[in-house]
Amino acid sequence: MVYLTRKAEFSASHYYSSPDFTPEENLRVFGKCNNPNGHGHNYTLEVTVKGEVDPRSGFVVDLKQLKEVMHREVLDAMDHRFLNKEVPEFFTKVPTTENLAIAIWQRLKTKLQTASLHRVRVYETPDLFVDFYGED
Amino acid sequence: MKAHLTRRYLFSASHRLHSPQMSADENQSTYGKCNNPHGHGHNYALEVTVSGPVDARTGMVCNLVDLDNYVEREVLSRYNLENLNTLQEFAETVPTTENLCVGIFEIMERGFLPAHLEKVRIEETMMNSFEYTGQNEPHR
Repeated sequence: MVYLTRKAEFSASHYYSSPDFTPEENLRVFGKCNNPNGHGHNYTLEVTVKGEVDPRSGFVVDLKQLKEVMHREVLDAMDHRFLNKEVPEFFTKVPTTENLAIAIWQRLKTKLQTASLHRVRVYETPDLFVDFYGED
Repeated sequence: MKAHLTRRYLFSASHRLHSPQMSADENQSTYGKCNNPHGHGHNYALEVTVSGPVDARTGMVCNLVDLDNYVEREVLSRYNLENLNTLQEFAETVPTTENLCVGIFEIMERGFLPAHLEKVRIEETMMNSFEYTGQNEPHR
């Protein structure tokens, strides 16, 4: 088994507010992130896939295909967007880095042809990242 | 759904690697420049990884403010801008980054309750880093 990781960057804005909380609770739990005008980050996405090395191509996965899937499923939908207003997953869910990693996993998992998804890592800043390994 | 969250912190400290169980010559041959009796320092980067189910209401594994406050109070304020050899935990133990990793893991495990502790990773320089996942933790 060989693991391969591809990186991508995207920039997006968001804010944190849960419909389950009162305005006061939202402010207490989420602090500055609760500002409804939003704020932004430069996100770094790392997608790790795993598989056996194909004896003919020497590849775990066709990198071009992986790049295209990441662009189509993630970057086209999220880059330079307001996550709460433009990405359907976050119409109802809070766009935390945790939920972003889960949403990206769900967007990618059925789209990869040869390799299987191992990990989605999302850096919100260089000091904070979330790893998601699937729903088990 | 379970996710892993990693937060990175910086602190600076000095240390000297010297084992009371070795002769002066052995210390010198084992630790080299790090055995200099005057000590030397590093800018350490600490990464703390916690895991847990993502809370359906908050979308979080744990509140970062709680994690930051705990690490600031129990770890950074203890080690930042200190000489590690002068601290109680390194009175008998050599303050290698391996031992520092285990010590910080134990501090986190003992008192940080909102999420499960997965890993403590410390970069001593850009060229080396150390990880500890606990005694019986499977390494991922």
